[in-house]
Amino acid sequence: MEDRGSRHTRDAYAEALLELGEKNLRVVVMDADLASSTQTGKFRDRYPDRFFNCGVAEQNLMGTAAGLAAAGKVVFASTFAMFATGRAYDQVRNTIAYSDLNVKIVATHGGITVGEDGSSHQANEDIALMRVIPNMKVIVPADFFEAREAVKAAAELPGPVYVRLSRSKSPVIFDEGYAFDFGRARIMRPGRDLTIFSTGLMTWHCLLAAEELEKKGAQAEVVHLATVKPLDHAAVVDSVARTGRALSVEEHSVLGGLGGALAELLAERWPARLRRLGIPDVFGTSGTADELLEHFGLTAHHIARAAEELMEEKGVEAL
Amino acid sequence: MQAEVSEREGTVSLEGKLDAGRLEDLAGICRELRRDIVKMIGTAGSGHPGGSLSCVEILVSLYFYKMRHRPDDPRWPGRDRFVLSKGHAAPALYAVLSRCGYFSRDELWKLRRLGGMLQGHPDSKRTPGVEISTGSLGQGLAAACGMALALRLDRSDSRVYCLIGDGESQEGQIWESSMLASHYCLDNLVAVIDLNGLQIDGACCEVMDLGDVSAKWRSFGWQVQEVDGHDLGQLCRALDLAGGDGLPCMIVARTVKGKGVSFMENNVSFHGKAPTPEEVERALAELGEG
Repeated sequence: MEDRGSRHTRDAYAEALLELGEKNLRVVVMDADLASSTQTGKFRDRYPDRFFNCGVAEQNLMGTAAGLAAAGKVVFASTFAMFATGRAYDQVRNTIAYSDLNVKIVATHGGITVGEDGSSHQANEDIALMRVIPNMKVIVPADFFEAREAVKAAAELPGPVYVRLSRSKSPVIFDEGYAFDFGRARIMRPGRDLTIFSTGLMTWHCLLAAEELEKKGAQAEVVHLATVKPLDHAAVVDSVARTGRALSVEEHSVLGGLGGALAELLAERWPARLRRLGIPDVFGTSGTADELLEHFGLTAHHIARAAEELMEEKGVEAL
Repeated sequence: MQAEVSEREGTVSLEGKLDAGRLEDLAGICRELRRDIVKMIGTAGSGHPGGSLSCVEILVSLYFYKMRHRPDDPRWPGRDRFVLSKGHAAPALYAVLSRCGYFSRDELWKLRRLGGMLQGHPDSKRTPGVEISTGSLGQGLAAACGMALALRLDRSDSRVYCLIGDGESQEGQIWESSMLASHYCLDNLVAVIDLNGLQIDGACCEVMDLGDVSAKWRSFGWQVQEVDGHDLGQLCRALDLAGGDGLPCMIVARTVKGKGVSFMENNVSFHGKAPTPEEVERALAELGEG
């Protein structure tokens, strides 16, 4: 893997917002006292008339965003993933999504890589919570460029969208010319022995794992699923039909997120052996992002090991 | 009485002189709407009669006196907006919207039925004239704030009206919205609180006392007016006085839950219980011929 450095996806968000703000006067941005963390502060400084801070009141953030959208605005509402999806769940479900309003919830600080702040701030359930709400779309970009393009794409999508960004820097995978294709899986590298499905910054680690596996003679296909909902059913089934085994990797609970979505899909459409890597059904803990990825078995070596175990299982072909 | 076209072109507002004749007309509309509400909920077999009957005059003073709106063009950009934050009073809103001409009166008798456009709580995707879906308490006022912010950005002179309940005011989000409205000086936002004093579990003061409601809203930076919520003259005048001075306005409307039907008045058991067919007949007899 070529080292292209690491960048914050939330910086990409700020860059996209500035571009959107210039192009589209209907774009307004809201935050709940975290503008300096989510980076919406850059939009506030450039377009103060179209920025509204709700203070520490995430329920009101979502409700007010819904009202702005109902009156014709394209609203970006930001806070940490924990509060956007947990604290304000009822508001997101009942006021935004039920009315199918044009609110783009761009939450930063998703997943275990929140790190030192600990479990109260580590949203390991946000993808699951958003995925089950009708009308809601869910996007988890892998890096800076995908985050920037996904935010711009979200502005064009009708209705509510949830975009999950990270606190920590994400290794850069794509480049300046990257085109985001909403709803489409992206085969990052082809392979025949198993498919590793990943989302968000885990795709980088999965690509490293695939390199490790290659050295041992195994060909892992790596499929990046930035759009978790709607899931690209055809691409997932097509890949698993070729490889016969699936490994899902996400910095999210193994319940209800990408792994859950894949389990639902494969059980109904293409029964195959699936193993889910992610946060088990436990709360997180303090530590650095890298330490936590290691602790929960989400680094390249762990992913490669899990893939090998999956490939060594007897009788899988019989499926 | 048919709604008249006011001086402001294309609206059904009756804003203007408030003489005795006009007030009598509005009172007649209220009486007919109460009959519709009782029949709707009785036909549906479930619903919330108490809090629907308590807010009839409030809705009539808005839709038939104050608000600019076009029932034949529900998304008309120049309209005033109304948000029913206490969404369980949906039957009252539906009766009003139907009477204004947003949809056929036949729909009223399909309330809460599978396939009907009138859901148990307001659904903006299904019902013309409903600005935003509500029902989970405490959320409509925030949506009204968002609309008011958007209208101000658009330099629109449209206003946003929002009806909240007193039991609903136990939700913390109401006070988050209250702070936001005064922080952003939303003087294009007028809220009304239907202060009927009862909630499902009993008297508000016993379940969770709201204390001095007017003082609370004043202390949150709102202009506050107190009215008898069944006195159309007081309501219309309060709506005329509301807003435009840099402050959001709260009209504290003292009402009677179940107003107009003797055995429902101040009777907490009719918060969320439909009248039986026999009770519907008794109620309609009390409410007189339409």
